[in-house]
Amino acid sequence: MSETLLILYGVICFMLVAALVAVETRDLLSSVLCLGAVGFGLAVVDLIVGAPDLALTQVVVEIFAVVLLIRTVVAREDTTREFIRDTPHVAAMGAMIMGILIGAYVCFQQLTPFGDPPMVMGASYMRAAEEAGATNLVTAVLLDFRAYDTLGEATVIFAAIMGCYALLRTRGRKEEHEGHDADS
Amino acid sequence: MKGMTLIVKTMTALLIGFILLFGAYVILTGHLSPGGGFAGGVICAAGLLLVVLAFGADIVRERMGHRMALLWETLGAIGFLAIAALGFITGTFFAHFVRHGAGFRLFTGGSILYSNLAIGLKVAAGLFGAFLMLAAFRETERTDRGEDGGD
Repeated sequence: MSETLLILYGVICFMLVAALVAVETRDLLSSVLCLGAVGFGLAVVDLIVGAPDLALTQVVVEIFAVVLLIRTVVAREDTTREFIRDTPHVAAMGAMIMGILIGAYVCFQQLTPFGDPPMVMGASYMRAAEEAGATNLVTAVLLDFRAYDTLGEATVIFAAIMGCYALLRTRGRKEEHEGHDADS
Repeated sequence: MKGMTLIVKTMTALLIGFILLFGAYVILTGHLSPGGGFAGGVICAAGLLLVVLAFGADIVRERMGHRMALLWETLGAIGFLAIAALGFITGTFFAHFVRHGAGFRLFTGGSILYSNLAIGLKVAAGLFGAFLMLAAFRETERTDRGEDGGD
């Protein structure tokens, strides 16, 4: 087994442990921090398997999300949570974990070896990226011959932010309401 | 949100220029090196988030409220659509309206550079506006509960 693959498995094990701690801990703040550890581990995995674009985006988005979550958690009065741990819950959880493990074993039997894509798209993608004139293949894919995908994705983000504005616009509307109540 | 201590404020004032510069670099060289409009836009938004956290939302809102952020986000979205529509000059929707040579220079890759600029503007303004809205939301909730809003 090569050294890179060993580091990859190490980082994945770290992510698994952090995810378990995030699920099992009683303090919400520790849970959020462990979630951040999982995200940064994912960025390292992206770097190892050769996806620097995704790693950069992952790191930045993770920082943004962790800061937002920490602010939200710190603003709460009670940052602990309760667990339900009786026999039916534990049995259901065990059954689910067994099912996922068996399913994963069956799936991984069917996969091609790591880093060996079965599709023949690669060569034509390289040619198209050369035609686009961009030296970064990922951007050439995103903004040249898959530009409709990017347009749709940008529209989705736009709609999501609009929804945020509509939902969180509490201040202006509340003052308006109170003014009406005072008048009537 | 009243902002943080003097140390945090000074460090933020020193660093914010470099953070925004790095974001602009990632946006502008998106077609040459890893990065692009989305990643650079999020970097810029995270820098502005640092300013909001350090100086307080009220001071930031005097300079750039969420209405302004909404305006810039819409401008970015319309700009991306306009760049796509400019492809009709040479052919179809999303065709390159400028032709540049290949190689590791800034003005290569046709309209990809301008699309990246528009997407970066849209993402930065959108995320920053959403965070401002969240800060406003928490403040209103606190005043409803009868606290004075500082933390």
